Amino acid sequence: MPARLLKFALSRRHPEPRMFTQHDRLESSYDVVIIGAGGHGLAAAYYLTRDHGIRNIAVLDKGYLGGGNTGRNTTIIRSNYLTPEGVQFYDESVRLWQNLSQDFDLNLFYSTRGHFTLAHTDAAMRTMRWRAEVNKHFHIDSEVLDSQAVHEAIPSMDMSCGGHAPVLGALYHAPGAIARHDAVAWGYGRGADRRGAQIHQNTEVLGIDLEDTGSGPRVIGVRTNRGRIATRKVLCAVAGHTPRLLQMVALRSPITIHPLQAMVSEPVKPWLDPIIVSASLHVYVSQSARGELVMGASLDPYELHSTRSTLDFTESLSAHMLEMFPFLSDVKINRQWAGMADMTPDFAPIMGLTPVQGFYLDSGWGTWGFKATPVCGKTMSHTVARDQAHPLIHGFGFDRFAHYALTGEKGAASVGH
Amino acid sequence: MKLMTCPINGPRAISEFICGGELRAPPDPQAADDALWADYVFNRDSLPGVKQEWWCHTPSGVWFIAERDTATDTIGRTYLYPPAMPA
Repeated sequence: MPARLLKFALSRRHPEPRMFTQHDRLESSYDVVIIGAGGHGLAAAYYLTRDHGIRNIAVLDKGYLGGGNTGRNTTIIRSNYLTPEGVQFYDESVRLWQNLSQDFDLNLFYSTRGHFTLAHTDAAMRTMRWRAEVNKHFHIDSEVLDSQAVHEAIPSMDMSCGGHAPVLGALYHAPGAIARHDAVAWGYGRGADRRGAQIHQNTEVLGIDLEDTGSGPRVIGVRTNRGRIATRKVLCAVAGHTPRLLQMVALRSPITIHPLQAMVSEPVKPWLDPIIVSASLHVYVSQSARGELVMGASLDPYELHSTRSTLDFTESLSAHMLEMFPFLSDVKINRQWAGMADMTPDFAPIMGLTPVQGFYLDSGWGTWGFKATPVCGKTMSHTVARDQAHPLIHGFGFDRFAHYALTGEKGAASVGH
Repeated sequence: MKLMTCPINGPRAISEFICGGELRAPPDPQAADDALWADYVFNRDSLPGVKQEWWCHTPSGVWFIAERDTATDTIGRTYLYPPAMPA
């Protein structure tokens, strides 16, 4: 291997293939334009090329591949949601996740850890039982544990949580897992690229051209900082930038943007196998393959279109971490960052067709989008290719608010990543 | 520490405040149809920019209006609602 490396270094040409091709210019038209080269957008491109035979695709991103919320989440994958719509949808996603490394021929470091959602109050225990029963009904491995069983599973945790939030029990979800998040974007990107899709970074969408059909507006093109593209189909998968894109097609939505912050500690010896979530203490934590503790908390409390970090966040999350694990008091925080979460009133996504023909939305992914990456790609590619919402996303339609038919997922989505 | 100025209590830490959302005028409930009412209940103008928002100083329970830029988190004027008329 060192000889090969030396030869490679001395070579004038670097024959090793890149993950994906850099295209010098945009074509004048594409069958589908996907806005947002994050996990969701690239997954949709991947399944469009692989399963639906649509290869003339451009994936545009105003920044770089996987640089948005795909690279900013805390990588937790689970399916123990609350509504039947949510549970079936996320269950399909977990199934796709489990085969994804083989699919890509790329190691995603998919690691099944088990996922504990701690309950510190009777009300929380009741929600856990509710979730467990809904989950079991759909054959998902999910059960309520009492405090003794939690203690045996996580002996290093202070079961009284500093004396004021004793753990009464937990919802345990054995398939709960973590994965390398950037590898997911790269895997989907490479797969889509090999099948003919073009990925264009540093390409900002400035406007979307519509024409009036008599029965409502229809997409005819996309204007970018690198020129105009003619297309009949646009998939918008831009998370925190969704309101700005919706303005281009004159749609109003309930989406509001809040920063979601996260941080990691310095690497320490492996001691925490499962993923631990506490909604009462606003903590979720897992230990990465590198030994860093990956930690997150609840949303920032007010609307903001920014990825700034705050000391308030680090202070309060660290304090709650110490309530659970007092022995971490000497561990340092290495990095903190934020993503822009596109929140919806019912904590379920907004996906599928819109009143603008040819404009498809994959949005409202708030703080819960990473785990849904594969199934979003799968269902949105179906939706775009057939111009018909995939059956798994019927509960998440854009028009549900106008009909007062919400899909209440808050009990399972907030602080429960 | 980020500060916000309460019109009654003066500058206080932002952690003492909660945001009550943008100042909006409801449509006439007698005249509005379901679609217009749903638009009022659910939809928001979520574009970044300077907005008038309801805020509450929680220790004292004072509700007031703050002008805040939702792109930069810069807080401008704060005043009680309705704004006092010039004398």
